Amino acid sequence: MRATVAALLAKEFTLEWRTRESVPAMVLFSIATYVVFHFGLDRDRVTGDIASGILWVTLLFAAILGLNRLFVSEHEQGGFDGFLLAPVDRTAMLVAKAITLFSFLCIVELVALPAFGLLLLGPPLTQALPQLVLVLVLVNAGIAVVGTLVAGLAIQTRARDLIVPLLALPLLVPVMLGAARSATPLLRDGGAGALPGNWIAILAIYDLLFALIAYAVFDFLLED
Amino acid sequence: MPDPHTAVSLRGVGRRYGERVVLRDVSLELAAGQTLVVFGPNGAGKTTLLRMLATLLRPHAGEIEVLGRALPQDGYAVRGRIGFLGHEALLYRELSGRENLRFHARLHRVAQRRVDEALDAVGMLARAGDPVAELSRGMVQRLAIARTVLHEPELLLLDEPLANLDPAAAAQVAPLIGAGSSAARIVTSHDPTGGLVGADLALGLKGGRVAFLAPAASVRPQQIAELYA
Repeated sequence: MRATVAALLAKEFTLEWRTRESVPAMVLFSIATYVVFHFGLDRDRVTGDIASGILWVTLLFAAILGLNRLFVSEHEQGGFDGFLLAPVDRTAMLVAKAITLFSFLCIVELVALPAFGLLLLGPPLTQALPQLVLVLVLVNAGIAVVGTLVAGLAIQTRARDLIVPLLALPLLVPVMLGAARSATPLLRDGGAGALPGNWIAILAIYDLLFALIAYAVFDFLLED
Repeated sequence: MPDPHTAVSLRGVGRRYGERVVLRDVSLELAAGQTLVVFGPNGAGKTTLLRMLATLLRPHAGEIEVLGRALPQDGYAVRGRIGFLGHEALLYRELSGRENLRFHARLHRVAQRRVDEALDAVGMLARAGDPVAELSRGMVQRLAIARTVLHEPELLLLDEPLANLDPAAAAQVAPLIGAGSSAARIVTSHDPTGGLVGADLALGLKGGRVAFLAPAASVRPQQIAELYA
């Protein structure tokens, strides 16, 4: 399976590099949303739970943009059939797509996080960054796994742009809850507080649970 | 016990999309190395038949055996032995022809040297680095043929394979997908005379039903014309 995943990943990143359809849109959306919050809230700086909420909601909606594009090339250019005709483990596509989305989210956050720190965040981002990276990794993993499963399901439907957020957002509520509760103490004024271990554990368990569910059912999504 | 000399065996095969039945009660046997040509008007069920044999669709009735393995349950065992050329090229538009074939070579665990061999065989070596989006329909069809034969399949499923090809290109790809190929072939065609050339068996489909199934040499052009009437 490793060779198949490697082949799919090479194809995914080459296509994104050539078309620049997903990552630039996600980055621009994130920055634009932070600017809107900056003026909409009429506040120069936010901290604690407000800061945490703005950070995660923006990243979640940016991820939805990427999700809607995740299987488009497979659907519109026959990539599904090409893949299904090959003697490969079909779960490789789930793994490759989830890694692709995870990578896209990481790239987006490389730009979006400093923009958030610059436009909205009260305390310096650097104080929270080391612990925030752990939360980001767990959140990205959750969005990648749940999102790939939902996008794989929705791509066969006519209204995929509607179906993806309708299915993904409720399923990602626990991830958002864990992310917000984990990041709130990190973004408080007066220095980052301790990372709440219980919420980190919940995030990790949720990621693992959905990874197992996705592994079990993804093959059936590709079936006729 | 499957017969090793049988490439394809269908017994009472049917398929529907929702309530609409597109193929019903199709039975036939094709020996290894033989060619079956399938005639029929649009919507007769030709493409559905090929997609079921390629493991892309499940039959809703009957039994299918391909290369000695029952479908769909043993699909994994035959996918690498089938070459499928459908209406879509199954190539990514933003990748070059060579990149597309390299991708498929990796999926099929085929040596990368086969990529240039296949490109050369379809006369696309010179344009192999161009994005597929910038190629003509005929060139894309030639790349699709290269993709189909890349892994040297034992069974070729060809849905109007010469569509968009000029006569020179059609002659160039003939050794790969034509009667000279050593693989068993199932080819759909609308050409009542050219389609029968090199065929062993002919199947006529109309409205999803078998109108005729006979040795190609015994099929009259009138029988084929009646399918389209």
